[in-house]
Amino acid sequence: MPSIEEFFTGKYARDLFLTGIIVGFGGIASVVLGIPLVGYLLTPLFEREPLIWRDVGAVSDFAVGSTTLVQYQDPNALAWAGSTTTAGAYLQRSTQTSFNAFSMYCTHLGCPLHWVPPPAGLFFCPCHGSTFYSDGKVAAGPAQLPMVHLPVRVRNGRVQLQTAHIPVA
Amino acid sequence: VSFLEPPTPAQSEQEAPLRDLPGPLGATYRWLDDRLGIDAVIRPILVHPVPRSTNWFNVLGSATLTAFVFQIITGIFLALYYVPAPNDAYKSLQYIVNRAEFGHFIRGVHYWGASAMLLLIFAHTARVFLTGSYKYPRELNWILGVGLLFCTILMGFTGQLLVWNQDSYWAIVVGAEQAARTPFIGQWVADIVVWGRLVGATTLTHFFVIHVFLVPGLMFGLIGGHLYLVVYQGISEWPEPSNIVDPKTYKERYHKILEDGIPFFPDAMAKDVIFALLAGIAVIALALIFGGAPLGHPANPANYVTVPRPFWFLIWYFALLAEIPPTIENIVIIGFPAVVMIWMLLLPFYAGKGQRAPSKRPWAVGSVFIAVLATAVLVYEGYKSPWSPAFDANGKIPQLKPALVAGITNPAAQQGALLFHSAGCILCHQIDGIGGHRGPPLDSVAADFAADPGALPEQILNGGESTSYQAMPAYGSVLNQSQVNDIIAFFKAVPAAENRAATSSQAAQSQKRQHPVAAPSK
Repeated sequence: MPSIEEFFTGKYARDLFLTGIIVGFGGIASVVLGIPLVGYLLTPLFEREPLIWRDVGAVSDFAVGSTTLVQYQDPNALAWAGSTTTAGAYLQRSTQTSFNAFSMYCTHLGCPLHWVPPPAGLFFCPCHGSTFYSDGKVAAGPAQLPMVHLPVRVRNGRVQLQTAHIPVA
Repeated sequence: VSFLEPPTPAQSEQEAPLRDLPGPLGATYRWLDDRLGIDAVIRPILVHPVPRSTNWFNVLGSATLTAFVFQIITGIFLALYYVPAPNDAYKSLQYIVNRAEFGHFIRGVHYWGASAMLLLIFAHTARVFLTGSYKYPRELNWILGVGLLFCTILMGFTGQLLVWNQDSYWAIVVGAEQAARTPFIGQWVADIVVWGRLVGATTLTHFFVIHVFLVPGLMFGLIGGHLYLVVYQGISEWPEPSNIVDPKTYKERYHKILEDGIPFFPDAMAKDVIFALLAGIAVIALALIFGGAPLGHPANPANYVTVPRPFWFLIWYFALLAEIPPTIENIVIIGFPAVVMIWMLLLPFYAGKGQRAPSKRPWAVGSVFIAVLATAVLVYEGYKSPWSPAFDANGKIPQLKPALVAGITNPAAQQGALLFHSAGCILCHQIDGIGGHRGPPLDSVAADFAADPGALPEQILNGGESTSYQAMPAYGSVLNQSQVNDIIAFFKAVPAAENRAATSSQAAQSQKRQHPVAAPSK
């Protein structure tokens, strides 16, 4: 059995040199091709969809005290994205002048909450049965966190919602 | 010639019956052999000896491979018409199922084939574990097999997503929510699942590439390595308690076993083919009878009227996440799959020697038994999902039987019956067999609380706790006192089960005249 020194300097030296050339050229080729490939791959991870305001209706469309499912377009719509970029949110008109908006994703594992109007006035999750009061607080588990608030504003008599990413805990 | 007596390996390796044939058959064989190396390479692999103790438990791996081949073939045909863009994916599946000739059947074979492949690879893994076949010198083949197992699970998960129906959409969101529980890098992992922060066009194309190119390509490589090692190390002999695996002596003993072995082709292979054929017939029959899974409704995140459920092989996990206390949820969601994966990868290195026989390994047998039992219970629970509110498939609240309500005359109780719907009580509680299963049935709740009448309104107003969290909303913040009184009046008016038959036959008479209970306002 050769010692380590003999192995690298002895009769294998030429083989090792050629192996180095093979591996080295392969490595250079991998890096040259790899950098653009990785960049291309990661496009959607670096390209953050901007959060923008979407018009969801006139103030007068929503009765005081009502909770309504509103729909708007997510801002990332590539032409072929179809209905996938239609987002939903629950809009509440709590008083004459103030609105509240909730993400429809359950804070347990993200399933879509069903709003059952008063006299229930509760949001139910169809997956594991988490329940929320109309103010978004947890009414029954397994969810532990209250529903996620979405920014909402009124401009020129129109109600506007700010788009949101999928809320992950 | 006896058909039941296989030749010895020495005989089958030396014989080359086709080569010596006279006439054009032998000439063709010799021409091909000269160019392909049949006698030098291919025949020895085909007829390589396997232990005589090889039996019907050894057919699971090759059946998994057969299922994989069928998945590739049917997958190529499905890809012919499938469009991997959210706008059109669901429509292209409608075309495949409803209009393409035999499309319904081909998708059915792909669906049931996937189910069969998952069952077979689980069974194969369990068999290899139970017979200790992962021990020396086959440790690395176990590692490749673990890779194939996880690839197959990933194929099952991503395949369900490509339908791009409501279940697909919510499986992605639920998957991302779970990925986000990873410590420190949760947001990144969730970003990789969704391929961004919003489910959109690139989400589907990246799952398409994973399902159609990336993982199948990886699996071809892993299968190549797996088969190479099966041939090089040989199929493990059926374990005997007296044969302890010791790396110093194992190979010598194994080669002695092979001297009395049987050729893989045709003896062992015949069993493989018969079993794979039976599995294939089952898949084809199921595909003919049922087709694929129902297409459901197209993915639309703004349409909340859906009751998302995962593919059957993950339904046990869906049930697990419903039944564990939320305090240990994060540990289970990340820790459980991580521990299983790490345990499987380390197994052949810490238990790579010693006893192989299941009769001497009670922990191995016991853990498989408990895993199978727990999975069966969770699958049953998952399909029943008693924790879910009892919305019907259209997201509507179920209605009490009109016959029951017709028997109630007290106006407060009638009001209470309406509230039982519209306040959502029925989503979690049954009366007369209609309603949810999360809370107890309430047919006799008034009688049950007769001894302590104050406790019933208290229960309604404060809700109830399960072992680890609030299980029933505190209706005190939802209903007023008179509404609660109406509901209690309804509970008192619900006729006892033994009287109900009489009431409902009377009610059936009057039902034509009387209104059934009104549906809750939507």
